[in-house]
Amino acid sequence: MANEVCFRTLHLDTPWSIDAYESVGGYSSLKKIAAGELCYDTIIDELKLSALRGRGGAGFPTGLKWSFMPRNMPGQKYVVCNSDEGEPGTFKDRDILRYNPHQLIEGMIIAGYVMNATVGYNYMRGEFYEPFARMEAAIAEAKERNYLGDNILGMDFNFELHNHLGAGAYICGEETALIESIEGKKGQPRFKPPFPANYGVFGRPTNVNNTESYASVPAILQHGGQWFLKLGKPNNGGTKIFSVSGHVNNPGNFEINMGTPFKDLLELAGGVLGGKQLKAVIPGGSSSPVLPADIMMDLTMDYDSIGKAGSMLGSGAVMVLDENTCMVEVAAITAHFYYEESCGQCSPCREGTGWMSRVIHRILKGDGRAEDLDNLDRVAGNIMGRTICALGDAAAMPVQGFLKHFRHEFEYMIEHKRSMVKG
Amino acid sequence: MTDFNYDQTLHLKNLLSPDAIAEIDGWIKKYPPERKRPPIIAALKVVQEHNGNYLTEELMQAVAEYLDVPHIAVYEVATFYSMFHLNEVGKHVISVCNNISCSLRGADKVIEHLQNRLNIKVGETTDDGVYTIKTVECMAACGGAPMLEVDKVYHENLTEEKIDQILSDIAAVELNSKEMSNVEAKD
Ligand SMILES: Cc1cc2nc3c(=O)[nH]c(=O)nc-3n(C[C@H](O)[C@H](O)[C@H](O)COP(=O)(O)O)c2cc1C
Ligand code: SF4
Ligand code: FES
Repeated sequence: MANEVCFRTLHLDTPWSIDAYESVGGYSSLKKIAAGELCYDTIIDELKLSALRGRGGAGFPTGLKWSFMPRNMPGQKYVVCNSDEGEPGTFKDRDILRYNPHQLIEGMIIAGYVMNATVGYNYMRGEFYEPFARMEAAIAEAKERNYLGDNILGMDFNFELHNHLGAGAYICGEETALIESIEGKKGQPRFKPPFPANYGVFGRPTNVNNTESYASVPAILQHGGQWFLKLGKPNNGGTKIFSVSGHVNNPGNFEINMGTPFKDLLELAGGVLGGKQLKAVIPGGSSSPVLPADIMMDLTMDYDSIGKAGSMLGSGAVMVLDENTCMVEVAAITAHFYYEESCGQCSPCREGTGWMSRVIHRILKGDGRAEDLDNLDRVAGNIMGRTICALGDAAAMPVQGFLKHFRHEFEYMIEHKRSMVKG
Repeated sequence: MTDFNYDQTLHLKNLLSPDAIAEIDGWIKKYPPERKRPPIIAALKVVQEHNGNYLTEELMQAVAEYLDVPHIAVYEVATFYSMFHLNEVGKHVISVCNNISCSLRGADKVIEHLQNRLNIKVGETTDDGVYTIKTVECMAACGGAPMLEVDKVYHENLTEEKIDQILSDIAAVELNSKEMSNVEAKD
């Protein structure tokens, strides 16, 4: 079955309203907490049991992350939601914000309760005016019913939630850059450690999760960690929203069980556009290495399966490429993106992304040299693991992926000065 | 925190409508009162919107003074984030995504059609100052590729007809506002 977790209001009229959300059991987990039926330890245990892993890209276990927050430390602590959604190919958080904002709100309130934090910020990318309006309206509704504000449902617990808007910068999706940005600064990532759980917004302990991660929590606590785990597979619990785009007949978001075969997902998305042959798939956002069709058709959609094949599930952004796609072109767009978005703090990233983008564009122009490909591979390798944040890796991994599986297209273009597929 | 010779006629309250000031004050309230910088981004966005889509030195200075932060703090933010324009742009900035999914679904044709219709290239503004075309990175709407954003609204699954409709809707808005100002001038 589809749409069981974050999209469970989608079939209703005005799915974003508080009544629609309550009709599917929304805010019942918060009510259980207020009734004393769910305490801190149980919540953490259920989350751990559920095998919910961070939906922002890195797949870190959410229950474990929540347990790191020093809940008994005095002073302010913050709950931050990463709704920056900048990884090319990803468009799921926008739909959670637009169509089921209350489930995110309930997830963040529960996080606040677990962490003894009374303030939350939902950081949305700067262009998200429509989702922003929905979130503002939803927060007002939640306040009216005393789910937000002071003494929530009669508890000795206050929680205030603020929507924050960025202004255009992919790097602000990196959690420490996002924190800098909330503080009103340039979005430049911080060295880690210290991690946000110890030193986050305004120097205070902060928990950062992705929109889909927070929004999964109320459903997990309502139906139990075991229920969520069983939707997926061991170590890859639950459902996941896959954003399918590119060469398919029916692009869109599909919330399906983790571990669903890729070929079923492709079918849900209407198959390859115009009945063409599948050439390759970028399975987890533009930073995940591309995988050729024959490998992809045998995989299931979960962290472990895609990981074993040498790529990553990332944010769940599945970009489908048909037989007429020129891989050098796609590589050039990708390389240019990371060059544009590098914040410039570390030289391997700043110089390396620029160099890779220039060389791939030179090949595309027909001025490639035989030694370019080995150099590209080497430069990409030299960026990996040598930078403050993971943008460096995000830029290097796809380049290595294109070279690993489609080197012949690059070689052809260098030799013949034209695309192997486009003529 | 601001320059000693700061011109008081450039106070933000003299440059913006009371509504716009109220909007900025609303943002200020979201952050701890002892923190001055968090509302910078939001304030700049409000100011830019009320200044025909771009920022000037004076406006940045006025924001710095209003929020009580160093001018450089505002300037750093304005130059870092891509939604801020530091040069004059059109009243309607048409942002076309040309990242992977949009390119796979014909972003180049969208750009070509816009360029032909408006007789400008990407990065340029029409002579009447009404339109600017710019290309942007993925806007998280790849399921509706190709797409563009203008005046805070996303337009997805673009076709030539849809683009023509968007342009004529903007033209109608422009015509209306011109007529309005003519009426006001006569009064
Ligand atoms: C360059 C870069 C961009 C990122 N962009 C996003 C993003 O847009 N949204 C997101 O949730 N996480 C993004 N992340 C991951 C965050 O740093 C962080 O791991 C995540 O928000 C944690 O939430 P999760 O555990 O729920 O996944 C990005 C990371 C990097 C290095
Ligand atoms: S890796 Fe790149 S984006 Fe990340 S901090 Fe270094 S320069 Fe900035
Ligand atoms: S690639 Fe255009 S919106 Fe994502």
